[in-house]
Amino acid sequence: MNHSPLETKVLYHIGSIAITEPVIITWAIIALLVTFAMLVTRRLSTIPSKTQTVLELFVGAIDGQIRGTMQVEPGPYRALIGTIFIFILLANWSSLIPGIEPPTAHLETDAALAAIVFCATIFYGIRTRGLGGYLKTFAEPTWIMIPLNIIEQITRTFSLIVRLFGNIMSGVFIGAIVLSLAGLFVPIPFMALDLLTGAIQAYIFTVLAMVFIGAAVAEGPQESPATPNGK
Amino acid sequence: MDHMIQLISIFSAAMAVSFGAIGPALGEGRAVAAAMDAIARQPESAGTVSRTLFVGLAMIETMAIYALVVALLVLFANPFVK
Repeated sequence: MNHSPLETKVLYHIGSIAITEPVIITWAIIALLVTFAMLVTRRLSTIPSKTQTVLELFVGAIDGQIRGTMQVEPGPYRALIGTIFIFILLANWSSLIPGIEPPTAHLETDAALAAIVFCATIFYGIRTRGLGGYLKTFAEPTWIMIPLNIIEQITRTFSLIVRLFGNIMSGVFIGAIVLSLAGLFVPIPFMALDLLTGAIQAYIFTVLAMVFIGAAVAEGPQESPATPNGK
Repeated sequence: MDHMIQLISIFSAAMAVSFGAIGPALGEGRAVAAAMDAIARQPESAGTVSRTLFVGLAMIETMAIYALVVALLVLFANPFVK
């Protein structure tokens, strides 16, 4: 309770670089995902095994979401969107292992994820429309909107950071408070609620990333896709 | 002087959360009421409605979470308290 949720615990130093706890957990999650993906995709066949069927179902679900939200073919976006979703989901749920704090409960991890989305928006926007075409979208509908559009880019990235950070961190924080007030088994319902929150937040982060990228690559003057552009 | 700033910080953190929670609470109440109404009228669409409701609730809840983050910033990362 008396340690700030905004600070990160430094475990050890490599040279002058401090290695913090969330970094280690992030590496562990990445290693786990990469190993699992390599093991599973080593033997792909036309007649799928059980694992391959489940994976194909999952990829199909992500494709369906991308098609529904962005109104484009999912090919170029599947890897980024899918990775963001799976990583955030695993990171949020890593609090199930005792003694591990989810890395998304620290501001830095969320900032990195939102920075990836920010860069991807610009990258896909320039790749689809060309540099001039992408810059022209800032002057839509009129040139008076240019400062507002630039501010919007920054504020929506910031709200992406704070939304994920606040939700996950508050879950961890409430768990710690209830544990110190009530006792050993009382926080379990709160942890169950955290699982739901973690899944929903991973989904929302992904949907918002899709909406932002979709708005940058959308064809024609009508900017917003079918989904509401949430803040 | 330092005590005074800490006192005001704690008070303002409590105010931030308590007033910041009013708006989202009213909004969530209206959203849930509307969803209940929709499910009562059209029980076969309960799945879609509740899925959309969850995402919408998480969106609304974010406003309260912003207030919480501001309160925690005031408490733990206050630039005027050494």
